[in-house]
Amino acid sequence: MSVAEDTLEKTSSQRDGSAVPTLVVENLKTHFFTRAGAVKAVDDVSFSVKAGEILGLAGESGSGKSITGFSVLGLIDPPGRIVSGAIRFNGEDLVTASPERLQDLRGNRIAMIFQDPMMTLNPVLRVDTQMIEAIQAHRKMDRKAARQRAYDALEMVGIPSPGERLNAYPHQLSGGMRQRVAIAIAFLNEPDLIIADEPTTALDVTIQAQILHEAQALCRRTGTAMIWITHDLAVVAGLADRIAVMYAGRIVETGQTDEVIDHPLHPYSVGLLGSVPSANKRGDRLNQIPGMTPSLIGLPSGCAFKARCPRADDHCDATPEVIEEMPGREIRCHHPHRQEAGA
Amino acid sequence: MSEFMIRRLLQSAIVILAMSAIVFFGVNVVGDPVDMLINPEADQADIEATIRALGLDRPIGEQYLFFLKGIWVGDFGKSFIFGQPALQLILQRMPATMELAFAALFLSIVIGIPLGLFAGLRPESNVSKGIMAGSIMGFSLPTFWVGLMMIIIFAVELGWLPSTGRGDTATFLGMTSSLFTLDGLSHVCLPAFNLALLKISLVVRLTRAGTREAVHQDYIKFARAKGLSSRRIVGVHLLKNILIPVVTVIGLEFGSLIAFSVVTETIFAWPGMGKLLIESILVLDRPVIVAYLMIIVALFVLINLVVDIVYSLLDPRVRLKDQGA
Amino acid sequence: MTVEITQQSADADAGLAITQEETAAAIETPFRRFVSEFLESRLALGALFTLGAIILAAIFAPFITPQDPYDLAQVDILDGRLPPGSEAFTEYTMWLGSDGAGRDLYSAILYGLRISLAVGITSGIIAIAIGMSVGLSAAYIGGRFETFVMRIVDLQLSFPAALVALMLVALLGKGIDKIILALVVAQWAYYARTVRGSALVERSKEYVEAAASLGLSHARIMFRHILPNCLAPLIVVGTIQTAHAIALEATLSFLGVGLPQTEPSLGVLIANGFEYMLSGKYWISVFPGIALLITIVSINLVGDQLRDVLNPRLKR
Repeated sequence: MSVAEDTLEKTSSQRDGSAVPTLVVENLKTHFFTRAGAVKAVDDVSFSVKAGEILGLAGESGSGKSITGFSVLGLIDPPGRIVSGAIRFNGEDLVTASPERLQDLRGNRIAMIFQDPMMTLNPVLRVDTQMIEAIQAHRKMDRKAARQRAYDALEMVGIPSPGERLNAYPHQLSGGMRQRVAIAIAFLNEPDLIIADEPTTALDVTIQAQILHEAQALCRRTGTAMIWITHDLAVVAGLADRIAVMYAGRIVETGQTDEVIDHPLHPYSVGLLGSVPSANKRGDRLNQIPGMTPSLIGLPSGCAFKARCPRADDHCDATPEVIEEMPGREIRCHHPHRQEAGA
Repeated sequence: MSEFMIRRLLQSAIVILAMSAIVFFGVNVVGDPVDMLINPEADQADIEATIRALGLDRPIGEQYLFFLKGIWVGDFGKSFIFGQPALQLILQRMPATMELAFAALFLSIVIGIPLGLFAGLRPESNVSKGIMAGSIMGFSLPTFWVGLMMIIIFAVELGWLPSTGRGDTATFLGMTSSLFTLDGLSHVCLPAFNLALLKISLVVRLTRAGTREAVHQDYIKFARAKGLSSRRIVGVHLLKNILIPVVTVIGLEFGSLIAFSVVTETIFAWPGMGKLLIESILVLDRPVIVAYLMIIVALFVLINLVVDIVYSLLDPRVRLKDQGA
Repeated sequence: MTVEITQQSADADAGLAITQEETAAAIETPFRRFVSEFLESRLALGALFTLGAIILAAIFAPFITPQDPYDLAQVDILDGRLPPGSEAFTEYTMWLGSDGAGRDLYSAILYGLRISLAVGITSGIIAIAIGMSVGLSAAYIGGRFETFVMRIVDLQLSFPAALVALMLVALLGKGIDKIILALVVAQWAYYARTVRGSALVERSKEYVEAAASLGLSHARIMFRHILPNCLAPLIVVGTIQTAHAIALEATLSFLGVGLPQTEPSLGVLIANGFEYMLSGKYWISVFPGIALLITIVSINLVGDQLRDVLNPRLKR
C-alpha cells in the first residue's frame, strides 16, 4: 500500500471532523532570557489551523514566526522558554506535555520542513538512512518495509528514479531535490500538521513554484494541516487559505488570504504589501516601510509598530488589543485602514 | 592525483635529505667526529684503523655521501655499548614503543571523545567546566611530572598497578605484545595513560568544539524535528560529523605520541626505543642516536605523507584544487 | 592596533575630527581598558599575583632563604633526606625537608627557580628576536624569500617542539648554553609564523603605504610602524611559549639530557629526588615539582587571559 492511498482513506474521515481545529495556539509567549534582558520573541500569539487548511504566517525576519513554529514542536532551547499560553494539538496541550510525549509527536503527528535544504539533511548519512530512521523512530517496521515506504514517499513528491536517490548522499542531490526529500520525510508518517519554515526561500524561482504547488496538492489530498512560514506575502498569496501577519512577536492581522491581500487593515500589512512588486503596480514606486525591525529587548510599551507607522499618534502608546473586525478577521491596531477596506 | 602524489613524495625525500644533512653535520662539524663516532674506550691503533675505516680522513663532502650511502642500505654503524648494528637495536625496541603508542591512542579516543561530547552538549554544567579545566591542566602539566604523580599514587601508595617494565608478553597472530596478557595490560595502564594525557586533552577540545558547532546546525534540529531519540541524534548524526576532523588530527598526532614516548618510557622503564635513545645519549652511543633520529624523522615524514594523501582522497575540495593546478 | 581601533571608533561615534587632545585621550584609554579587562577574571588576577611573587622570590632568593644550598660550608650531609618540618643541625626548621645531600629543599627550590626562569626567559627572548626578524622580513620582503623562509618554518612546525629540542640535545650534548640553543631552535618558528601573520595584515593597511610615500626607510617602516602593531599576538604567544620552554627544560633535565648537576634547575631537583620516591621519600621530588607546576600554570593562565583580552576576535 502506498503512502498516498494510505493517507487518502484517513483524509475523508478527518475532513468530516474538521470542526475541531487540528492546532489551537492561545496566548503563547516564548521568551529568551539573555544577559542583555528578556527577548520577547513570541508575545501573546493566538491562532488555529484546521485539517487540510494552509495558514500562511508572514512577517519580516526576527518577527518571531520561526520561533512560533519551534514552540509548537517543543524545540525551544535554553535560554528560550515558553513562558505562558497553551498549544492544543488535537485537544492535547503540548506546553505541559512531557518531553517523551513531544518526541513521540515530532516527526510523527507534527512534522517540520526547514528553510535551507543544503543544511537540513545530514551530510554524512545516506538519504535512505535518514528516511528510514524517521519511520522506525515512531513505528515498528522492518527495514525493508520502511525503505519501500521511503521509496513511495519520494515518488509522491515527484522525485525521478527514487531508488537511486535513496542510495545517494545529500551532496549528490540538487537543492530542489533535497528540499523534496525533506518534504517527503515530513509526509512519511502521515502527520496531522506540517510546519514549513520558509522552505522555498533558498531555491530558484522555478523550483519554488513547483514545490509550492506540490506541497499544496499534498495537503489538500491528505488533509494535513499546514503552517507555511514566510517573509514573502507573494508566496503565500497563492498558497494559503488564511494569513496571519506577525510583527515584533505579535500577530497584528489575521484573515482569509484574499481579504488580507486585497484589503489589508493593519498599517504594517499595508506597508508589507506595498513593498511587494507586482504586475498591476508596474511603473509605480515600490513602497518601503521606513525604519528597522525593532530590537525585541526592552520593547517600549504600546504598539511595537508605532515608530514606523504613518498613522501613529498618542493612542498608540497603549498596547492595542485584538479586535475582531468581522468573523475570522482580527487585527491589533488603533488606526486600521478601514476607509480603504470599505472603498 | 598522481602529480600531487609525486610532488608530495619529492617533498618528503627533500625533507629527509635535509634532516640527514643536519644530523650528519651536527655530529661531524659541531662536535669532534673522532670523539663522537668512535668508542672512547678504544686504543690508539683501533682509533687509527676506525678513522680510516669510517673515512674520517676524507673531505667532508665525501664523508656525507658515504653517510648517505650507509643510510640507504640501513647501516648506521654498530652500537658502542651493545656491539649490535644500531638499526637492528632500534627495530628490536620498536614494537614496545608502538604498543605503548597504540594503547595511548586508544585511550585518548575512548576517554577524550565521550568527555568532549559531554562538555559540548552541556557547556554550562559544572561537570563540563571540570572537564575543560582538566583539559587545560592536561595541556600545561609536564608529562614527566604527571607520570611521577601517577607512580606515587597508583604504584607506591595504593599499590594497584606496577610502575616499571612491560610485564609478560604473549604472541597472537604473529605479533608479540604485552597487550595480550593480563600482567602485560596491568603494566601498560599507567604509561599508556601518562602518554595519552596530552592527547586526551586535545581530543576533548576538538570534540567539544566540533559538538558545539554541530548542535546548532540545521541537520541536528531537523533530526530532532523528526522525533529521533537523543541517543540516535548524538550517537549517529552528531558523532559521525565530528569524527572525521577528530580522527584526522589524531592520525597526525601519532608521530608525536611516538616522540613523546621518550619521556614516558624513561619514567616507567618501558623497554622501547625512546628509553634506548635517552640511555644512548647518556653514554654517548652516537650510532644509535643518529639511527634513532633518522628513523623518527622518516616516521614523521611518512605519517604526514599518508595523512595528506588520505585527506586528499576524502576531501573533495583538496582534490578539486589539485585538478585545477 | 588597539590604538588604531579606538581612534576609528571614536571617529565614527562622534562623527567629528579628532583634535590633538582627544587623540591623547584615546591613546590612554586602550591601556586602561586593557588593564581593567584583564583584571575582570579573578583567576587571572590570582595567577598574575602568584607569578609576580614567584619572580620576586627567584630574584631575591639569597635574601629569603636560610641557606645557600650550593655553598658547601652551609650544607651538612647529616641533614640528608629529612622529612618536611624537621629541625636541621644548622638550627633552623626545614619546612619542606631536605634532599639527598642535606640541602634545605625550600632554599634549593628558590635557587632552582632562578635557573629555570632564567633559562626559559633567556631562550624566549632570543627566540623572539630571531623569530620576529625572520617573520617581519618575510612579510615585508615577500616573494621567493618569504616562500623559502615559510617553507622552513612550516617544516619545523610539523615536528613537535619537544622532539626538535630533544634532537638538538642528542646531537649537542649537555650544558646550559646548549639547552638554551635547543630551546631557541625549538621555539623561533612559532614566533616567525605569528609575526609574519599579523605583519601581513598590517602591511596591507593604508598607513604603511602612507609611511612609504613619505619616504621613510624600510627599517623604520618595519620596526617603528609595522612591528608595534604585531606586538599583541607576539606577547600572547611569548607568554605561553615561555611556559612551554620552562616545562621543556624541566623535562629534558629530568631525563638527564638537559642541564648538568652544576646548574640545578627545578627539573634537575625533581630528577635527583626520583630515586628516593619509590622508598616513600616523596618530598624531594614533589615539592620542586609543585613549584614548577605553579609557575607553569600561572604563566599559562596569565597568557590565556592576555589572549582573550588582546584578541578582539575572541570577544563575545
